[in-house]
Parts: sequence; C-alpha cells; structure tokens
Amino acid sequence: MTTSFRLPDLGEGVHEAEILAVAVSAGQEVKEGDLILEVETDKAAVEIPSPVTGKVTEIHVQPGDIAKVGDVLITFTTTGKTDQPTPEPDTAEKTSVPPKEEPVQPAAAGSETAHKRPVPASPSTRRLARELGVDLHMVTPTGSSGVVTAEDVRQFAAGGGTSIPEQPDQTAEIPPPHQEKPSSYLPAETLPDFSMFGVIERQPFRSIRRATANRMTASWSQIPHVNCQDMVDISKLEEFRQRHKDEIRSAGGRLTMTVFALKAVATALKAFPHFNASLDLANQEIIIKKYFNIGIAVDTEHGLMVPVIRDVDRKSIKELSVQLHDLISRARDRKLSREEMIGGSFTITNAGAIGGSHFSAIINHPEIAILGLGQGRMQPAVVTDAEGNHQIVPRLLMPIVLCFDHRVADGADAIRFMQVIINALQDPDELLITMI
Amino acid sequence: MVMGDMVMTVDLVVIGSGPGGYGAAFRAADLGLDVALIDPRPRPGGVCLHEGCIPSKTFLFLAELILDSRRAGKMGLRFSEPEIDLIAMQNWKNEVIDNMADGLVSLSSRRGVQLIKGTAQFENSTTVRLEGSEISRLKFKHAIIATGSVPLVFPGTHPTSDSRIMSSTGALNLKDIPEKMLIIGGGYVGLELGTVYAALGSKIWLAEVQDRLLPGVDQDLVQPLKRQLTELFEDIYLQTRITSLTERDDGVDVDLETPDGKQSHHFKRVLVAMGRKPVSYGLGLENTGVKVNDKGFIEVDDQQRTTVPNIFAVGDVAGGMMLAHTATREGRIAAEVIAGKTSAFDVRAIPAVVYTDPQIAWCGLTEREAKAKNIEVVVEKFPWKYSGRANTMGATDGLTKILADPVDGRILGIGITGRETEGLIAEGVLAIEMGALAEDMALSLHPHPTLSETEGEAAEIFMGSPTHMLPKKKN
Repeated sequence: MTTSFRLPDLGEGVHEAEILAVAVSAGQEVKEGDLILEVETDKAAVEIPSPVTGKVTEIHVQPGDIAKVGDVLITFTTTGKTDQPTPEPDTAEKTSVPPKEEPVQPAAAGSETAHKRPVPASPSTRRLARELGVDLHMVTPTGSSGVVTAEDVRQFAAGGGTSIPEQPDQTAEIPPPHQEKPSSYLPAETLPDFSMFGVIERQPFRSIRRATANRMTASWSQIPHVNCQDMVDISKLEEFRQRHKDEIRSAGGRLTMTVFALKAVATALKAFPHFNASLDLANQEIIIKKYFNIGIAVDTEHGLMVPVIRDVDRKSIKELSVQLHDLISRARDRKLSREEMIGGSFTITNAGAIGGSHFSAIINHPEIAILGLGQGRMQPAVVTDAEGNHQIVPRLLMPIVLCFDHRVADGADAIRFMQVIINALQDPDELLITMI
Repeated sequence: MVMGDMVMTVDLVVIGSGPGGYGAAFRAADLGLDVALIDPRPRPGGVCLHEGCIPSKTFLFLAELILDSRRAGKMGLRFSEPEIDLIAMQNWKNEVIDNMADGLVSLSSRRGVQLIKGTAQFENSTTVRLEGSEISRLKFKHAIIATGSVPLVFPGTHPTSDSRIMSSTGALNLKDIPEKMLIIGGGYVGLELGTVYAALGSKIWLAEVQDRLLPGVDQDLVQPLKRQLTELFEDIYLQTRITSLTERDDGVDVDLETPDGKQSHHFKRVLVAMGRKPVSYGLGLENTGVKVNDKGFIEVDDQQRTTVPNIFAVGDVAGGMMLAHTATREGRIAAEVIAGKTSAFDVRAIPAVVYTDPQIAWCGLTEREAKAKNIEVVVEKFPWKYSGRANTMGATDGLTKILADPVDGRILGIGITGRETEGLIAEGVLAIEMGALAEDMALSLHPHPTLSETEGEAAEIFMGSPTHMLPKKKN
C-alpha cells in the first residue's frame, strides 16, 4: 500500500516549516524511525523519523521549500497490511514530534466541489472567530480530520491580526485545508527594480527572520506601545558584580547585568501584577499570571531568539547566572527546544553588551511589557550628600527603557514599576532585601 | 385617571412577546440593557405558547395515547374506547399554558424587563406610539420587531371565532369533535391537527394543492407517515384545489377540483392550514425606512439588522423556516449585537420536527436541498425494521438516514421518521454543529435497545459494516 507522510502538526500554532535537509532518496528502503527529514519551524530545528518501514517512492519537497502542516512530503510504499492504516509508531522517545500518517485522500473532483463548503468547527469556535474577526477559511486546521479548533483561531488571530478577505474569483477550487499565505500580515508591496540603481543581491526571507518579522508586525500593529525611559546608577551594583563574578564563573555561570535585571523584574512584577499579564480580548478579561517566567532576547547569528527562564522569583542569583549562560550558549548553537522558548510572561532585552543607549523595544505579544537595558557608561552625575551639597562625580549610569501595553497598564504604574527596578539595581542591598 | 402624554425612554423596545421577542428581551436584560416588551397579550409566549406549539402538543400527546392504546390491542392489551371529556381537555390545555405563561411573567419581572400590554406603531426610527397602554409613547435607542405571523385566510372567507371554517387557532379551541372535517393544506399544521381530530374520532379528509404531503421534506421520510395517515384519514386528495367554501349553519359546503374532476362535499368543519403570513403591516414601518420584501417579510442581515441600523427583526416576521427555536436564537443574537457583541446567525443544523404519528425530524442538509444546490452527498439509510427497540414498540415503519460529504465523510444532514424522533434528532444537530464525521457517530456508543441505535447503525453503513444489516456489496 501507499502511505503519504504529511507535515505533522508541530504544536504551538506552527503552521509551516522550512525543509532543511532530505535524508533519503527515491527508491531507498527505510525502516520505521530512520531519519528522513530535517525541518525548521519558527525557531527550532526538528528531525523527523520515518513513520513506516518501506520504500520511498516519491519525495515531494526539496531543501529550502516551505511546507505547510498537512502537505504531503514523502510517499512510501509499504508491504504487508493493506486494508488498514499502519498503526502510529511509538516515537515518543525518538522525537518530540510524533509523525502522523494518513492514507492518501482521494483527489477532490474539481468541478463537483465548486461550491464553498462550511469549514468544520464547533459553534463556540465559530463564535470566537467572529469575535476575533477571523475568516475560518483562512485558518489552518489542526483538529481531527480537518476541524478548526478554538486554539487554531486564537493562534491565527495572534499571528495574523487581520484576516485576508477571500477573493471572490478564487472560489472555484479551494484545496482544503491549507490556504494560509506565508507571512499573511506582511502585505506584498510593489517594489521598484533596484538593479536599475546598482548591484543587488536577493536573500531568502525565511525561517527565524520571517517569524520575527511576523511577530513584530503583529505586536506593533495590535498593541498601543508606550515607552518610558530612565537612567540607573549601577556603580555599586557593578562593584558587587566584580566581587562575585569569578565565584559565579567557577560555578559555570556568568554574572551579568541581565541576571540582576531578572531578579529586579520579578520583584517589580510581584508588586505590579498587571505587567505580568495578557489581554484576553475574546473573553474581555485580563489574565494575570501567578508565575514569573521571563524571556531573554538573545542575539544569535541565526537571528533573534527568546529563551525563557521559568520561576525566576524562586531561583538564586547563582542559579539564574548558570541557567541564563546555558540558555544563551545553546541558543547560539541552535540547540534550544521549542519548549524552552515558550511560556514567558515578560521579556528582557539587554543591548548593553554591544553598546546602545535608550531605544524603543517591541513587546513580545501576548505579554504586556518588555524591559530594555542599554550600555552602562561612566558619566558625570550630580550627587547630593547628606548636608544637601551638590557635587558632580563620575558614576556608572545605565539607560533602561520599559515599553508597555497601554490597554492594560497606565503610565503612572509604569513609572512606579520602573522605580522598583531602579531602586533594586542602584543598591545591591535593596535587591537582596526585595528578592525574597 | 388621565395620564396625559406619558413618554418613556428605554434602551431597547421589543415588539411582540413570542419566543423571538421574549428571547431577545431576556438576553438584552441579562446584558444590562433597559428593556420594554410590548404585546397585545397580557402575558408573554406569543402564538407558540398560546395557540401554537404548546397547545397543539398538549393535544397531540393525548392523541398519541389513544392511537397507542389501539395498537396495544394487537399486542394483546385491549382497552375499551376512551371517554373524551372536551371541557376537561380544554382546561388541561389552559392549565399548561397558564403555568408556562406565569413562568414567563415571573422571568420578565425578575430580570427587570418591563411588560407593556398594547400595540406599537413606529412614528419614526426612535419612537413608537402605543395603543391600549397607559404609556402613550416610547422612545428607544434600539428596537426589535418580533411580531410573528398569522394563519393565511382562505380567500373570500372572513372567519370569526365561531366560524365552522377555522384556522389552527380555532381548531385548538377544540369546541367539538366534528363528525366530518376537511383540512386544507398538507403541511405540518394540517397533518398534526388532523391527527388530533382523527384520534378523537373525527373523519378527516385532507386536500393538498401539490402532489405530495409535506412538500418541503424528503419524500422517503414522508412515506411511513403517509402510510399511517392513509389509514387514519378517510381520504387524502393531492393536486387538489378548493374552488369554493360556503359556510352554512350546520357545516361548510366545499367544491374541490381533483385531477379526476370536480367534486362537492359537505363537512361539519373546515380547517384552513395553508400557511402563515408575516405581521409586517400596521406597524408604521413606512415611517422608519425598514424594508419589507414582496412576500411581506422584513429584510435583515445575518445579525438580524434591518435596513435601519438601530432596528432589528427576528422570528417569523423576518422570514426563514418560521420555527420557534430559530426565532429565539435570532432574538438572542439581535440582543447581543445591540449590546455590542459580534454575534451572528450561523446555525448549520436547524432542526425541524413534525409531531405526527410517526414523527418526522430532520436537520442540516436535506436531499432535496443538496439536489437543488448541486451539492454532492452520500446518503445511507437504516430501516427501523432492523431495530430491536422499534420492534418492541411495533414501530418498525421508520427510517434513519444520514447525508455525508463524499470526500471526508463529514455529516451534513440527518433525517429520521418514526417514533420519538423529536428527541433523536438532537444527536444529529450536535454532530453537524461540531463537524463530526459519520465515523465519529458510528464510534459513539449508543445504548441498547434504544431507537438512538438507528443513528449509530446508519453511520456504520458508511463505515461498511453495520451490525444489524448486511454490508453492501462492493462494486
């Protein structure tokens, strides 16, 4: 019998993946569990094992292709059982992505399926789609046998923002269920022919670059951002850091400003829960998170990645230093799993290591706020002593910025929130006292 | 007491307190709106409660008891002829109605919905004038028109409550059990009331202008009913026109034109059940800009909004299948939209039930509709003669059929004829709304022995192996 291997649902609203490598060739015999493909989703590379034992009859993709969930990637011929689908292989230990297999669907007879069928979805999902302004025809279904789930709709709304109205002249044959355009919210614009003006090079816009573009567009267009800025005197903290950094290094960590910021942010989030929240428009509710999982934006040669450190409030400075260093190292080696990049409730982006002063950050939707750190630099500062005398002295000053969602939080709270962070970073004693 | 020109202002005025109107009013009140509900009847419920669904089903329940007791004779249980006390039956019906109507009054007052007895006419798109009420004018931000429908009258007749030419309303007053009665119209109202009167002892003739009973329903579902009615009724005239109705003191003279020629008959009573027309007249709609189509239905969009943005219409007056449950849903949607929600009518499986003996129920796509719209479907039928439960009840003349998408096996429609299909259809409704496959229904375990198994078995036919039928030969 013939078995088609389709791109399985990779979870977390991943609708498509780029084919990085094809490990088999047509005619090759494979055993169940053999590596057949390597694909890359938004932020993680995934190795896909063969779901069956048999012969590769056809490979429908090549490296560089973008495949959507449900697309046929490879066709196999298997022997033996002919009247029932091969049972799902137990791949739990081999990969985090259980491959699904389905018998080849009979091709829809073109002319007879000319009418547009309703998209299978439960009434509550349809109501949600209406509320979020999502056209169900545009959503890639992940439910059993092509049912669009509420989660699919939410993901689409979060990623897409607005749905693309179906063109009336393209209803003749709708190949269900994957009509979503890549980067659906980045409208293609007509560009001039730049080569008229000089030499150009075209690079693919894929993978992490595209995922970043999509997420940033969605966040920037949906969230009314407000940007607050301040300076923190980190002279004392820097002394503290210098005193302890070797000890941390010997434990396998790196004591950076980000580690202190993690702790300071956790303290501030506890005091101002609205910054540790998400806005649930569908239910008209604000979701307050009682956990403190903080994402750290990491610059890598492959693009921006945001690993998440869980339960920051319950970890020591040393633990955080070690874990953060590990996550950053693995991010740069592309060894992070998807699970390590989800579930954040707040994000910190530290540009200070490279340079930079004040900047405007984009919120990592569906979070509510993001904290940016600039480079600490020695600068003249006015210091007032106990007698009220002013004096200009060189101090190490670090710019910080807080960008927040004005739908959920207001400016006054943001300033107070920043003040908690400033106080903690200005004075290591304060940081130690408040972090418990 | 002189009230003068008393004007009241509300967020929402709902005109008509049937299932569409009170559904809208209650939902709006729950969403925090200040609501007035206007109806000439003192208590909510509309036609459905006072002269439609509820009284007819009260009597149909009794009719079913009579017919069942007759069938029991064949199973060795013989009853003597029932004693029919019309006064007691009317009292019982009124008791049922009172109970429900009082409940609606209480639900209204506890929700803060103001019930106003009277009739309303639009002066413009923000004011109605009231008649028969203490309040003379009502200003509103939004209005929902839920004025329903009334039975069509036979042309040239002017029936009063004493007439021998009756509408369904008159027939449900059950003044007597006429020895001979003609029913004009083979739709569900005629068939249901014909069943009531036949069970109570009337001899029933039925005339239908088309060539079939229940013209909108798939005919394979109608066949078992037709077989029963052929026994229960004296005669069924199809493709027959009534050319004249003349009311006499002792009955009605009727001239018919059948395919075989003209006939004249005399009946004690005639029930005119030719359909219903929307009450879109007499409301002052001309003062608002609300558009009414050539059949008298108010034009609305899928949010029940008329051509005037703050005026909505729901239920029979807005067209559609003229069913109480769709009216209620439409009313709730209108209320939600008025309260700022994004609701819309996107029901995929509207259920309909004909409460005859046997009952017919269906939802979603019908074969007729699939054909008309050129939608490709696979249809599988499970005859009830294979159902154990149907056999125990002597109710084997029934059928359960499923329409599914030939590509993926998704259930698109269900039709059932037989006993108690009013309850059986709910499984089909949920299956279609949830996007279930025939396989899902086949794999859902149905209790044995029940009539619901017929749905599981019909679904199993799709899977190629029903338990109590032989699988089809593969081509």
